[in-house]
Amino acid sequence: MKRHLISAADLTRDDAVLILDTAEEMARFADRPIKKLPTLRGRTIVNLFFEDSTRTRISFEAAAKRLSADVINFSAKGSSVSKGESLKDTALTLEAMGADAVVIRHGESGAPHRLATSGWIGGSVVNAGDGTHEHPTQALLDAFTMRRRLIGEEGAGLDGRRITIVGDILHSRVARSNVHLLSTLGAHVTLVAPPTLLPIGVEGWPCEVSYDLDAVLAKTDAVMMLRVQRERMNAAFFPTEREYARRYGLDGERMARMPEHAIVMHPGPMNRGMEITAQVADSPRCTAVEQVANGVSIRMAVMYLLLGGAEPARPAPAPESGAARRPHVGESRTEENH
Amino acid sequence: MTEPDDKTLIRGARVLGGEPQDVLLADGTIQEIGRGIEAPGAQVVEAEGRILLPGLVDLHTHLREPGREDSETVLTGTRAAAKGGYTAVHAMANTFPVADTAGVVEQVWRLGKEHGYCDVRPVGAVTVGLEGKQLAELGAMHESAAEVRVFSDDGKCVDDAVIMRRALEYVKAFDGVVAQHAQEPRLTEGAQMNEGTVSAELGLAGWPAVAEESIIARDVLLAAHVGSRVHICHLSTAGSVEIVRWAKSKGWDVTAEVTPHHLLLTDELVRSYDPVYKVNPPLRTEADVMALREALADGTIDCVATDHAPHPHEDKDCEWGAAAMGMVGLETALSVVQHTMVETGLLDWAQVADRMSQRPAAIARLAGHGRPVSPGEPANLVLVDAAYRGRVDPAGFASRSANTPYEGRELPGRVTHTWLRGRATVVDGTLV
Repeated sequence: MKRHLISAADLTRDDAVLILDTAEEMARFADRPIKKLPTLRGRTIVNLFFEDSTRTRISFEAAAKRLSADVINFSAKGSSVSKGESLKDTALTLEAMGADAVVIRHGESGAPHRLATSGWIGGSVVNAGDGTHEHPTQALLDAFTMRRRLIGEEGAGLDGRRITIVGDILHSRVARSNVHLLSTLGAHVTLVAPPTLLPIGVEGWPCEVSYDLDAVLAKTDAVMMLRVQRERMNAAFFPTEREYARRYGLDGERMARMPEHAIVMHPGPMNRGMEITAQVADSPRCTAVEQVANGVSIRMAVMYLLLGGAEPARPAPAPESGAARRPHVGESRTEENH
Repeated sequence: MTEPDDKTLIRGARVLGGEPQDVLLADGTIQEIGRGIEAPGAQVVEAEGRILLPGLVDLHTHLREPGREDSETVLTGTRAAAKGGYTAVHAMANTFPVADTAGVVEQVWRLGKEHGYCDVRPVGAVTVGLEGKQLAELGAMHESAAEVRVFSDDGKCVDDAVIMRRALEYVKAFDGVVAQHAQEPRLTEGAQMNEGTVSAELGLAGWPAVAEESIIARDVLLAAHVGSRVHICHLSTAGSVEIVRWAKSKGWDVTAEVTPHHLLLTDELVRSYDPVYKVNPPLRTEADVMALREALADGTIDCVATDHAPHPHEDKDCEWGAAAMGMVGLETALSVVQHTMVETGLLDWAQVADRMSQRPAAIARLAGHGRPVSPGEPANLVLVDAAYRGRVDPAGFASRSANTPYEGRELPGRVTHTWLRGRATVVDGTLV
């Protein structure tokens, strides 16, 4: 593992599998009466959110707290760009407070990269979503969900599985991170969207592209429906909400054409009636709620691996088992941060 | 520098890259060129085979004064210009207040004259406040002491076709030229970088080539229709080159400039998210860079213009989206041209003189600059040590700003001397 998690594209297959396997270990604790681990006791993790995202923030917060880290929530909405404090001054402030890791959500693509490479802070940086660039922990929790549902085996990737991502690819950081990660894990990814919502240059991505949802659904193991903002209609990305829903929305009829085992995913929050009907959203094939739970496990795994917890991941009550196989995380933080 | 040198003898300079000769300057003009010139009492500069060119002329400089003196002033900008080998710069109109009245252009012109490092020719705004709605008093700016000939809303495109048509027509009355910043505004809303494979990956809003090309296509057609000349600022794409080439083949009076950075840098650099690479128009692809070099070599693109755009440190020391667009360029332009055009065999030094001095002076109808290096001509000259190799260090810049994309990069060539009407502004690489 590297010191930061900025982009899913930076993860090797081994990195990704290690995170997924570690998340499985973390998930096992979630079922116990006492969910807390002492691993990151004394460490400080800052959730630095320049954009509102209660869901993502509480997921990171829950993850850090279950690892016994001290969590500071820094909501900096409105303090970016033109008014108030700059990203740099915010970073220097956090550094002065001794943040071991900064989880950053920012409206500008590249802001986490800038934070990690500018020399403003010494701690780890975790990208919790930057502009229309990436959202790597979302892709990891999606891959985790798929592996559980479609493979059910630790140590594995997603080899040969067919994943379809539908919707506003152009503006989606979830799609970008998923294309990188899923292809790294051996899956075949197909993006489906109206041509207006696909970026120029998408043909260079490690995936296929289709404008026709019905044509790909029958061969899909998992379909991921992206949230489509209604405002996009006003910028002429599509003519009307209804036309979008008809051509690219997932309803019961379409879902029925998917293979028996295929699952429906959604990163949330859902626009019921737009990209997904209530019938689909509430069906047992839809993993949206499961994804939320998995998100906590994945974020625990990421922070555990990045911060190289001093304590073993498992409480290891039986010393002779030595079971506390600590995942390989490179050197300790003190050696890394000069 | 208040004392004009009486006489200067430059010994062994390769005029326009030719055989070494001696050049005698006196009374602000070139007196004599030849071998073994004797000039008792003259200040002697041993050129030792360095290249002597006419003083460079920049059609596109942001001096920032009035209004953004934290990034540059007429003084610091003209000192930077002199260090870069320039003897005349055209100061863009996007100041605060905008240079859209005779008063503002005269102020800028007067400041340049007082400081004396470099002739400053203000560019007048085409429209009031650069807003693209109403023509500024172009005639008044031309009639002013600043004698404005070049008009531009640079930073913004004159996107309204009727306003552009009228401006093109109107300036014919005094042989002016409209310099268009070609950027279709609706196609570039929120644009952060070149639209292509890199922008798709980085998740940065794209600035498509077609947004530049569609405006250039429209404007060359408009210029032909009304029989005016038009100048295209900072042309940046291979498609734009094709359109200008076609317009020139029709015999239309279309000229174009390219910046040094578009001759060297590509959008791959944006992968660093380092805002020092953020510029408008954006860095394009390798194919565009190659097309621009070729077009500058074959004359489709007339000249090099720096688009020197100083910004204070804090405007670049931030996330990409929050950063200002632009790069400083006056002090590195000639080195970049040497690197990209001379050392690649695309231009010889006489052609460099054409593209960086003669052509821009001709486009701006600027008297006294861009002249041949011959006896009787004004002694606006630059001496270049082409053999020099060094790394760019913004700490040595005369500009008030350091937002150079070349920091730490090795570039060839160094300006050792600049003369403005016979008076040295730079000696041994140091401002006088």
